Amino acid sequence: MPSGARLESPQSLVPSRPLRRRTSFLHVIRFNEAICAWIFIAPALLGFATFYLIPAFRALYISLTDWNLLRAPKFIAMANYSRLWDDSNFWNSMKVTLLYVLYNIPIQTVIGLLLAVLLARIGRSVVLRSIILAPYLIANVIAAIIWFWMLDPILGFGNAVLQWVGIGRIPFFTDQQLALPTIAVVNIWRHMGLTALLFYTGMQAIPKDIYEAARIEGAGPWRSFFNITLPLIRPTMVFVLVTSIIGSFQVFDTIAVTTLGGPNYSTRTIVWYIYENGFVNFRMGYASALSCALFVCLAIVTLVQMRILRSGHSELG
Amino acid sequence: MASNTETPSSRLTPFAPIRVNSRFNVSLWSGWLVLAVFAVISLGPMWIAIKTALSDSSTLFSGASSLLPQHPTLFNFERVMGLISRTDPRLEQTSFGKVDFYRALLNSFAFTLLAVVPQISFSAMAAYAFARLRFFGHRLIFFLFLAATMVPGVVLFIPNFILIKDLGWLNTYQGMAAPYALMTPFAVFFLRQMFLSTPKELEESARIDGASYFAIFFRIVVPVHRSALATLTILAGLNAWNEFFWPFLVGRDESVRVMAVAINAFRAQQAGGVPDWSGLMACTVLGIVPVAILLVFFGRKVVESLQYTGYR
Repeated sequence: MPSGARLESPQSLVPSRPLRRRTSFLHVIRFNEAICAWIFIAPALLGFATFYLIPAFRALYISLTDWNLLRAPKFIAMANYSRLWDDSNFWNSMKVTLLYVLYNIPIQTVIGLLLAVLLARIGRSVVLRSIILAPYLIANVIAAIIWFWMLDPILGFGNAVLQWVGIGRIPFFTDQQLALPTIAVVNIWRHMGLTALLFYTGMQAIPKDIYEAARIEGAGPWRSFFNITLPLIRPTMVFVLVTSIIGSFQVFDTIAVTTLGGPNYSTRTIVWYIYENGFVNFRMGYASALSCALFVCLAIVTLVQMRILRSGHSELG
Repeated sequence: MASNTETPSSRLTPFAPIRVNSRFNVSLWSGWLVLAVFAVISLGPMWIAIKTALSDSSTLFSGASSLLPQHPTLFNFERVMGLISRTDPRLEQTSFGKVDFYRALLNSFAFTLLAVVPQISFSAMAAYAFARLRFFGHRLIFFLFLAATMVPGVVLFIPNFILIKDLGWLNTYQGMAAPYALMTPFAVFFLRQMFLSTPKELEESARIDGASYFAIFFRIVVPVHRSALATLTILAGLNAWNEFFWPFLVGRDESVRVMAVAINAFRAQQAGGVPDWSGLMACTVLGIVPVAILLVFFGRKVVESLQYTGYR
């Protein structure tokens, strides 16, 4: 019996495929490239349509309505947008947001570059990179609450030290002038490691013989930094600037934990203002109009930056 | 100083190796000093949190400028985790005794698991299709995925909140996890890039041997790219663990709220104007612990993956 079965086997191996190809439905599902592809992307496509594509258009539609979630939405065309144009609170929140971006980006970029050069030159260890990256890996909320505690006017370590040094206690989060820069400091603390890491990676791609050649030509470290390193990490620079500016525009978590938009609206950024309108006062239409305005601003910022910094190609080609 | 021209150590270019034999290298030492200062800036605030969490709350004022906890105690951890009986007299000294952070940590684990595991699976399937299979409309769909990353989160939160509300999913795990569970554009891009970067000969020869696309995906693509899949799981897991805005909108109820939402809520419960700082810091330390464990065990993987993706 076993020998009989074995005799058949060479035959059954070879023609089996042409035979199977005729079995229709299941075979098509398993072997037709396009059908398989659609099966593979189906769950992701469903998620994309439900939570990205349709909501994007729905947000646009909601922004044309008056809707408090209790009554049915009422179509009011561009009324939300004309109201937005005259809303001094909106313009103030835009001003606060821009100011926040201005505090953040230059300092974060300079610290990032400094750390990246130092990491590349002397401290290449993963441990060191992990340490400076650690603040980025913890939650925004946790970063905010730790700083809120450290800068507490009465009990905070930072203020106790300031008192001990003789400067005196400073109400960082409750002073109208200081609240926004303080929130920027928390953000810089959290992101400096990531920024440094990205610049560091960009610098790794620069061939070392360029520096060697510059050194032979007599260029000092500063000149080779400004004339070689900076121009050659331009793609990284564009990426870091675009993502960190877009991220800064959308600051929310830190404000939700610390100042709640105060004192006297000095930290009411655009996303906090959208949150207040949409989820505190349930003005869904107006909140959507604000968020669409934010989207347009971010798109413009991105395009302008890409244009100015000519992101596409580095001098390395 | 004539030898100066011959020793490269005096002419530091950003990547030149630094000679150890130079007698006193000011720039080397000042460089280490700056790095050390930034290492302290990075970790210092976390140490202050740990110190406070280990302090008795009655010593917060007297020990404010101290770097070490006074009368170190685990009491704060025990009480936020609910390990102390409600009638314990020591609870009366603190401004709020009924913090249930244990529940919040469990919720965070559930949310992270629900958001990440299906996200990686479905994103990997889609990434494989985009990387290897030809089908009508694949360019358009991929372009749409790419364009979606341009839309700020807050634009989508409003319609998504309404959808979750209409489904009756407010304050449920599925409501919090749904927008992340089926895909994230980043996961699809990341994996597509990984799949494209490996040669497809192995998959093609499996095709010729009669393997179906499903067999190729599960038996070849997934095992070959398990390292990339692990990296992405770590990154997505970190993000889900730290997520605040969306869970804050749809999952504020005590039964489902995650770690970050709970910390924010505890902060707002100010009994007598002063938050329960030692309890709050115990919560933050517990919220950092999983991240710290990940960093200790997979530090190199985390650092290198962030280094090459700039994940935000």
